[in-house]
Amino acid sequence: MLTYVSIIVAGLLTGCVYGLMALGLSVIFGVTRIVNFAHGEMMVVGMYAVLVLNQKLGLDPFVMTPVIAAGLFVGGYALQRGLVNRYIARPEHEQFLLLLAVAIMLTSSTLMVFGPDARNVQVDYAYDSYEIGGVLVDKVRLLAALGAVGGVAALWAFFRWTRTGKSIRACADNQVGAQVVGLDVKRLYAVTFGIGAACVGAAGVLLLLLVDVQPYIAADFTLLAFIIVIVGGLGSMPGALLGGLLVGVSEALSGFMVLPSLKSMFSFALLIVVLLVRPQGLLGRRA
Amino acid sequence: MQEMLSGVPRRAALALALFVAAMLAMPLFAGSYVVSVLVVVLFSAYLGQAWNIMMGFAGQLSLGHALYVGLGAYVSAALFVHFGLPPWIGMLAGMAAAALAGSLIAALSFRFGVTGVYFALLTIAFAEFTRIVFNHFGWVGGSSGLFLPVANLARDDLVNLRGSPAMFYYILLALTLCALALGHLLLRRRVGFYWQAIREDQEAAQALGIDVFRYKIAAVTLSAVMTAIAGALMAFYDNNLYPDTTFAIGRSIDIITAPIIGGLGTLFGPILGAFVLTVLSETMTNLSSAIGINGLKQWIYGATLLAIVMLQPAGLWPWLRARLRLDEAKR
Repeated sequence: MLTYVSIIVAGLLTGCVYGLMALGLSVIFGVTRIVNFAHGEMMVVGMYAVLVLNQKLGLDPFVMTPVIAAGLFVGGYALQRGLVNRYIARPEHEQFLLLLAVAIMLTSSTLMVFGPDARNVQVDYAYDSYEIGGVLVDKVRLLAALGAVGGVAALWAFFRWTRTGKSIRACADNQVGAQVVGLDVKRLYAVTFGIGAACVGAAGVLLLLLVDVQPYIAADFTLLAFIIVIVGGLGSMPGALLGGLLVGVSEALSGFMVLPSLKSMFSFALLIVVLLVRPQGLLGRRA
Repeated sequence: MQEMLSGVPRRAALALALFVAAMLAMPLFAGSYVVSVLVVVLFSAYLGQAWNIMMGFAGQLSLGHALYVGLGAYVSAALFVHFGLPPWIGMLAGMAAAALAGSLIAALSFRFGVTGVYFALLTIAFAEFTRIVFNHFGWVGGSSGLFLPVANLARDDLVNLRGSPAMFYYILLALTLCALALGHLLLRRRVGFYWQAIREDQEAAQALGIDVFRYKIAAVTLSAVMTAIAGALMAFYDNNLYPDTTFAIGRSIDIITAPIIGGLGTLFGPILGAFVLTVLSETMTNLSSAIGINGLKQWIYGATLLAIVMLQPAGLWPWLRARLRLDEAKR
């Protein structure tokens, strides 16, 4: 019994990080209506940045989280300003092709620079764990989850209380209305894309403590982020978190009870069931 | 014949005749390498045409077409390996499986109001789900693959689909031309106009009394069946099947890039897109193995996609057609 509790707790903790990753995708879609097909690719870029900083400067990954998030914010902002903004009102397949091209270029760039081998970051507390009433909790997993929750809280506060955050929500609710009252929608869209990139970048840093990185995992994480946001509800912030937790637990349990290679099958099954029963997602609003 | 040619500009008909003649004569002059590349081009062109019916004509975005390739391939190959069933009969079974899967996915999605981006992601989910199931499906070899007995290349055996790349080349060329003719006919018939109405504005189409649900399912099913034919041929051409490549999401993406690059919803776009992308990819492979940098090939491929979507977002074919003055109809 305690084994199961430990596994569920581990799944929930990983799920927090998944939630932060998916939140980035959800925020971008919720505001700009663009599906970021390069989401996992952005995360992998962030992961390699951590790897380099860790090897060159010996910095702890946790310390680097804000730095990487800031770096990806700038990257995401520039990408939206320079490229994606022109495609806001274009057909979906053109947006898809554009972001697919960006994704291919990001993956092949990381492949050119870092090669195809799987790498990870070494921290000296990698194997520490806590025992709470018989339940084992990995230290890195707990720290990653706390980092993710912190990121989500910061984002929530930003959207709730800052002027820019409120303006972005106004754009999401009514783009024309936002333009009428004088908001600079293009800039706000770029800020949103930057925030989405920062979320996934931060999630990448935290996730690097739990998984190895290699260029081709990017597509898997793009898909994973899709599953999570659709399950939770595209455009809904609490939905992304709930979806992350659900997928985290489902992966952990199916990996333990059935077969590790079947874990993503259960996630896809979850997605199919949710789409058919409640297409707007568990916490999404009807369009 | 009368219906086929009505409304086709003279220059376009002439250009098509030239194209067909050149393609028919190609294996007589070209070496085996060129023929094998052209087989890849035709696979890509035909798959693009099949996908184009669903997305280009009826406006339903599928990102999981590898599912139908895989069903066509696995059903026909497994029946051949286990029961010795001739490929063409196995192909029919594969088409039936794809039709069932396609209509089921479409019926479920459209009944529950899953459309647009959500529908596209649902198609990915079904394809990936099936990929993992086949990875653990021992009867068809699981993740270690399903192998067909290697062909005796001395003589082409059309009945058992064992033979040279040139034989597959002609089969695929015939398929591609049939798909071209089918697309041409469909766009002139009631169903084609209904699909385009649904693509442009589903609610308006419904208001006009079009049975949107039924016509959308028809588009998905037809596209799935056509895709399964290519899947079965691919199984007998490659002689090996692995779930991780046959059902791969990368394959789904390859299927849709050619028609988008060529020109979505156009008849010749998928063929042009297949030529451009396959030749580009082959050139890059040769070039990058000469230079020896991992990833350079994909980078240039990505950069080319980016350039095309920025410069010619409607695709290359509408632009080329205007350049060649093929659309000056003698109406």
